[in-house]
Amino acid sequence: MVIAVASGKGGTGKTTIAVNLALSLENVQYLDCDVEEPNAAIFLKPSIRKRISVVIPIPDFDETKCTHCKKCVESCAYNALVLLANKIMLFPQLCHGCGGCRYICPESAITEQNRQIGLIEQGPAGGIDFIQGLLNVGEPMATPIIKQQRKLIDKEKIVILDAPPGTSCPVIETVRDCDYCILVTEPTPFGLNDLKLAVDTMREMRVPFGVVINCSDIGNGEVKNYCTNENIPVLLELPWNRSIAEAYSRGEPAATIIPEMKKDFHRMYNTILTKICA
Amino acid sequence: MNVCISSTGKDLSAPVDPRFGRAQLFLFVDTETMEYECIANPAITAGGGAGTKAAQLVADKGAQAVLTGNVGPNAFSALSAAGVKIYAGMTDTARQAVEKFKTGQVPPVSGPSAGAHSGMGGR
Repeated sequence: MVIAVASGKGGTGKTTIAVNLALSLENVQYLDCDVEEPNAAIFLKPSIRKRISVVIPIPDFDETKCTHCKKCVESCAYNALVLLANKIMLFPQLCHGCGGCRYICPESAITEQNRQIGLIEQGPAGGIDFIQGLLNVGEPMATPIIKQQRKLIDKEKIVILDAPPGTSCPVIETVRDCDYCILVTEPTPFGLNDLKLAVDTMREMRVPFGVVINCSDIGNGEVKNYCTNENIPVLLELPWNRSIAEAYSRGEPAATIIPEMKKDFHRMYNTILTKICA
Repeated sequence: MNVCISSTGKDLSAPVDPRFGRAQLFLFVDTETMEYECIANPAITAGGGAGTKAAQLVADKGAQAVLTGNVGPNAFSALSAAGVKIYAGMTDTARQAVEKFKTGQVPPVSGPSAGAHSGMGGR
């Protein structure tokens, strides 16, 4: 069972929902896929036991073989190569590591070398198998890290993927092929606007989904109206609660200070199970 | 001298396009005769790397200078490595940019004048 927790808008409470869901269930694996700014570790406090370097292959040119035919430059979909007077110039941060240039080079002048772009850390957090991806500062591409993180998914467990915000490539990479996606939103015009984008994305990807409304007693009722009109299940509504906010600021999950909340999250999990099996 | 101007129109009376990588058109101008060639920017719809792709065109056409509004980090690196001098901050028409360049009113830039993705219209 693989469940992603995503949102359109940032700051709606993805990590809050994902962490508390994880703490409310048994046999959980948690993947923080928000590799540009992972923060679930603040709440789950894992003991990191394993570190895996994430690399992408970038081309290396043998100048003695290169005839400057420009085929590699023309084939690069990411414009990472430029042919100057008599030298190929590589822009490593534009390179997606697809290997196309090496494939197309008629002179076999291209080999590949690994460039490290980030790290994956793994270790236990209580009973949870915790994994987080960390993209190096200044690196533009998050997806190779998420792709490698996903290879560590243990299908014997309930796998919770804490997705990055938005609807761009890193989100797609996190949510693809999941059994279910929880979309966390807030009942504000901003929340609704970005929720609609996230809903469009889920429908395009054919991933079943439901909505959690965080801080459900602020803002207005438009998110709920939208969900009703669009036949989208509202899995959980969490009213604003100062003690949860205070605990959050200390790095303590809501379910730790209000253990009864685990029942709500467990109920939500059961709702999700019925949605998937239906 | 062969100079490249990022342009919003097909002749020298058109305003300079403030973007380099995402410029609409490029005018390659012979500064002695003021004869020019207009080429559509192949990088305008690039998913990424518009700056490097546009710089490749400039290098291929053998221009020795670029006159534009702003140039980003990748385009700056590629053009510099190709030995192309970059004159940023150009406004008004392409013809006026050439005049400014010829009379030495603007010094070449020593670094990128805009961040990555600046020509993407706030996306």
